[in-house]
Amino acid sequence: MTTPRPPYLAVAVTGAGWHPLAWREPDARPAELLSAKYWTEVVGVADRARIDLVTIADTFRRRPPTTDDIDRPISELAAGRLDSVLVASRVAPTTAHVGLLPTVIATHTEPFHSAKAIATLDYVGRARAGVTVDVAAGAVEARLFGRRTLPTDVHRRDDELFAEATEYAEVLRRLWDSWEDDAEIRDVETGRFVDRDKLHYIDFEGRFFSVRGPSITPRPPQGRPVVAAATTSAAASVAFAGASADIAFVGAHDRVAAARAVDAVRAAQSTAGRDGDTVHVFADLLVHLDDRESAAADRRARLDLGLGTPYTGGTPVFAGTVAGLADLIAELTDPAVGVTGIRLRTATIPHDLLQITTRLVPELERRKLFRVSDTTSTLRDRLGLGTAANRYTRTSATTGGARQ
Amino acid sequence: MTEPRTATEPRGTKQVHLAAHFPGVNNTTVWSDPRSGSHIEFDSFTHFAQTAERGLFDFLFLAEGLRLREQHGEIYDLDVVGRPDTFTVLAALAAVTEHLGLAGTINSTFNEPLEVARQFASLDHLSDGRAAWNVVTSWDAFTGQNFRRGGYLPADQRYRRARQFLETAIELWDSWSDDDIVADRESGRFLRRDDAGAFAHRDDQFDISGHFPVPRSPQGRPVIFQAGDSEEGREFAAARADAIFSRHARRDEGRAFYADVKGRLAAHGRTPSDLLILPAATFVLGDTDAEAADLAHDVRLAQVSGQTAIKFLEQLWNRDLSDHDPDGPLPTIDPIPGENTVAQGRASVRIHRDPRDVAAEWRQLADARNLTTRELIIEVTGRQSFVGSAQTVAREINDLVQADASDGFILVPHITPGGLDRFVDEVVPVLQELGVYRTGYPGHTLRENLGLGAPRTANSPVGIG
Ligand SMILES: Cc1cc2nc3c(=O)[nH]c(=O)nc-3n(C[C@H](O)[C@H](O)[C@H](O)COP(=O)(O)O)c2cc1C
Repeated sequence: MTTPRPPYLAVAVTGAGWHPLAWREPDARPAELLSAKYWTEVVGVADRARIDLVTIADTFRRRPPTTDDIDRPISELAAGRLDSVLVASRVAPTTAHVGLLPTVIATHTEPFHSAKAIATLDYVGRARAGVTVDVAAGAVEARLFGRRTLPTDVHRRDDELFAEATEYAEVLRRLWDSWEDDAEIRDVETGRFVDRDKLHYIDFEGRFFSVRGPSITPRPPQGRPVVAAATTSAAASVAFAGASADIAFVGAHDRVAAARAVDAVRAAQSTAGRDGDTVHVFADLLVHLDDRESAAADRRARLDLGLGTPYTGGTPVFAGTVAGLADLIAELTDPAVGVTGIRLRTATIPHDLLQITTRLVPELERRKLFRVSDTTSTLRDRLGLGTAANRYTRTSATTGGARQ
Repeated sequence: MTEPRTATEPRGTKQVHLAAHFPGVNNTTVWSDPRSGSHIEFDSFTHFAQTAERGLFDFLFLAEGLRLREQHGEIYDLDVVGRPDTFTVLAALAAVTEHLGLAGTINSTFNEPLEVARQFASLDHLSDGRAAWNVVTSWDAFTGQNFRRGGYLPADQRYRRARQFLETAIELWDSWSDDDIVADRESGRFLRRDDAGAFAHRDDQFDISGHFPVPRSPQGRPVIFQAGDSEEGREFAAARADAIFSRHARRDEGRAFYADVKGRLAAHGRTPSDLLILPAATFVLGDTDAEAADLAHDVRLAQVSGQTAIKFLEQLWNRDLSDHDPDGPLPTIDPIPGENTVAQGRASVRIHRDPRDVAAEWRQLADARNLTTRELIIEVTGRQSFVGSAQTVAREINDLVQADASDGFILVPHITPGGLDRFVDEVVPVLQELGVYRTGYPGHTLRENLGLGAPRTANSPVGIG
């Protein structure tokens, strides 16, 4: 990459928006948050605006992630949610361009199931699938699945959770590789539907899983769908992103913090032996947008006042105009910093989402900070991740895995 | 789209239910036909589903297998290999259909109740009430090697886990009431009660508690299917299922199965109309009955090649017969009795009888009719249910339904994705003329279209047996 590409633009959606009181906004549709209509509209808006990708948040809890520490009765917050992989699958046929990244929770689920679900999303969405691999740290989630205890010490617990997530992502990729692209031969002459020499047992043996493989689903169109990971203050989360992700989401409110976050991801990448791999670092921002700065500040203040506490969701918050946000994006994505994308968490839907799609996108385009990606490309190609070499293919340059 | 209206139903005439099974990993799927398309690409599913919906079918059905089949420790390569993820496909199909039910086979052994209940509740929301779950109980350690816990269940515990799994899932679905979401902006009240979704379940399989994250879905809970055939399987179905996916599509065995299962319902406080019996059925259509018979023969030849016949034989003989000539007589050596170790990953390969007795029967049949090995396998594995002109097939389907051999059929075409086209174009109109098939979808949800009542809730007087 010689001339730096304009930054990628991602939008993170959940429920009526990230702010816990977003559902009470006049334009919110709180009674429809579980309907297909709602989700096709939300993701459809991003798709038509040529946003690069949408991440759909998920948790096994009733409330959106990062709102569980809010000290209010749950009956006053939007509660109840759908499985994000199913939401992404439901909207895939109704959208054409936008990358679709639902969340899978590595802590209590089976990588075998997730691998085939995301591979299938890639078929259904025509090479636009990715996944955010997340962990569930809480005893609340552990009880939902039963008979599983996590260490009480926070550091030990995080180390364990993210070590498990690292194995999980490895299993996903091996399962995606477990079919060579041309394994289906339909050779009428010999009666063979597949060439079984092109199907591979992954024989993964780790601390948390052992998985034999191959996948039941053929290698998806992108080879390997895009894997994303959100980093937190836990060092283990950065290590996980460095070891496993194509995209790392980091919280950074200015260029100094952003550069530091990029360094941390690069160091983790290096530790994991992935120096040659492209790992995008996307800066995460929670956004309240309006025509005037004061109006945006008022929006934020009104929502926070209702809540009784300022809400951040653990992310830097921006409240202002689209021009102001474009300034901040320019700062964070200055080539010297190393951040290659921005993920915007919409404080409220539809208001903030529409501000992004109808106003921010043209503003960024004007400043050459946004480019409509080639609409025929796969999500991987769009992100410059290159063709995912299959570790099991004999002729492949990478010889990571043993042939069975 | 046709205006929904209830077909006028002459008194005493049962209405036929139809559903479509997407062809896949099985030797009945003929992939070598030039008309055979992809079993993975979404376009195939779209075509198949939209055809089924055009035919006013109740639902589309997906089977499941969680490990690629093997024979002699090698991946079995003669049939279609590979399938997409069930939930992903069904959720995507909800986008390209409007009325069609979306039924997924999901195993109760290799999953956890919270996750499966959440997925089905999500699917029910995202399809506006069209989700159905075929609860299967495959248990083998071979498949278990793809999952966290490995070795898995002894065979005799699989229905125990399945029962408790389903009970737990029902508790989760019932943990929200229809009116728990208030979403009143003015008062700031989103939930009617703080503890919406609260549950606590403890038995010898599951010890879980907390709040179920998905509010009550349009159908309350998905339609429940059961597909096992054993005594335990039938009891399980009689206690809890809304429909059975059976193997008994022929008249006499169908009537016996129907009577047996419907007869079990009273003991569970249910009535015969609470459970539909829907056998899997294949069909071959021709312009005339004679032409269809010829085509059917060709289909059988395509389904059972010489190699496939040998593989079948090995499954019963439980030994390597790769040197055996499929066009010659059956082997003279005897099967090896005991655990079947030759073929793995086949949910249906369970031989209840001594294989030596079966082999003796097959030899007798082959001798009497002078059949080669391949011809014999074609004969004994044949399940072609309906062969004939559209008139003939429609009449036979209707006869079986009126004779209480079934409440309808789950059709398994042998070609993907166009295998249903002709049936919908030609047989459905005849069934409509006979007055035994709908001319529009009568309801909005799958439950309504199947004629099933609203699900009983936890407070209903009927528990599981
Ligand atoms: C018509 C029919 C279809 C079935 N489809 C599947 C399937 O797709 N996947 C699966 O794992 N098992 C499937 N099964 C297997 C059953 O779930 C069950 O494990 C098997 O029939 C053994 O149970 P039983 O002893 O009660 O018959 C099917 C069974 C029948 C009768």
